[in-house]
Amino acid sequence: MQLSTDIVNDYLVVELKGELDHHTSEDARKKIEQYYYNNNLLNIILDLSQLKFMDSSGIGLVMGRYKNCKERNGNLLIVSTSPYVNKILKMSGLMKIIKVYSTIDEAIKG
Amino acid sequence: MVEKNCMKLEFLSKSSNESFARVVVAAFASQLDPTIEELSDIKTAVSEGVTNAIIHGYEYGEGIVIVETTIENNIIEITIEDHGKGIADINKAMEPFYTSKPDLERSGMGFTVMETFMDDLTVESHVNKGTKIKMTKMFKSLSNRE
Ligand SMILES: Nc1ncnc2c1ncn2[C@@H]1O[C@H](COP(=O)(O)OP(=O)(O)OP(=O)(O)O)[C@@H](O)[C@H]1O
Ligand SMILES: [Mg+2]
Repeated sequence: MQLSTDIVNDYLVVELKGELDHHTSEDARKKIEQYYYNNNLLNIILDLSQLKFMDSSGIGLVMGRYKNCKERNGNLLIVSTSPYVNKILKMSGLMKIIKVYSTIDEAIKG
Repeated sequence: MVEKNCMKLEFLSKSSNESFARVVVAAFASQLDPTIEELSDIKTAVSEGVTNAIIHGYEYGEGIVIVETTIENNIIEITIEDHGKGIADINKAMEPFYTSKPDLERSGMGFTVMETFMDDLTVESHVNKGTKIKMTKMFKSLSNRE
């Protein structure tokens, strides 16, 4: 899995590419938390639109980052265009508490 | 009609084998000519079962995970077995959001994902002996074609 980050205003933008499972999610969690806390950021945008695979490990990763942001009174936003990823997000109830956008720009504009 | 066929896969409970297992089962299932959606449902369900065997079943040390797949007509049956610690309360384990490992960022949705993405799921488990799950799915794409 590849992970790239960018900082836009007080948003940490994280793009995930490839396959997100138990094997890759722990590394992703460490990297995201490191950037988020080291740069003292408030909000996170997780871009899942380039994932080829995601299982319940992705739900755990999203829930964990949601908690990180809430602890700082920030927001977690998701970018997702894949019907397959959306099916899993919906099943977990995450779509009821987290806003899902189709591009990073839309997410930043709100 | 697809003639009956089966395969058996055994591997060490390493997390790097999660993608290996789901890709092998998906490649085997391709003989039934499933849709892309059906194939990703199967990959996800296998990933859940194998991950459970690795992180829960063999929590205290590595062991062998056994995956068997049978296809016949338009039905696929997948079993995933470990000889690990077992599940004391299966009903509780299968409840949505129940996890024994919240600290590891597990969401407790693995069984729910398997139940949703497959047509049928049964769990057999004995404490200190291990766990065997059996999942079946009917490929609708194939029944329509017949
Ligand atoms: N093979 C297994 N051996 C022992 N215990 C298991 C096994 N599979 C599942 N369990 C138990 O059942 C619980 C629920 O499993 P489930 O897959 O639904 O959630 P999870 O693995 O905890 O989290 P997630 O799959 O969402 O990451 C686990 O937390 C674990 O206690
Ligand atoms: Mg699980």
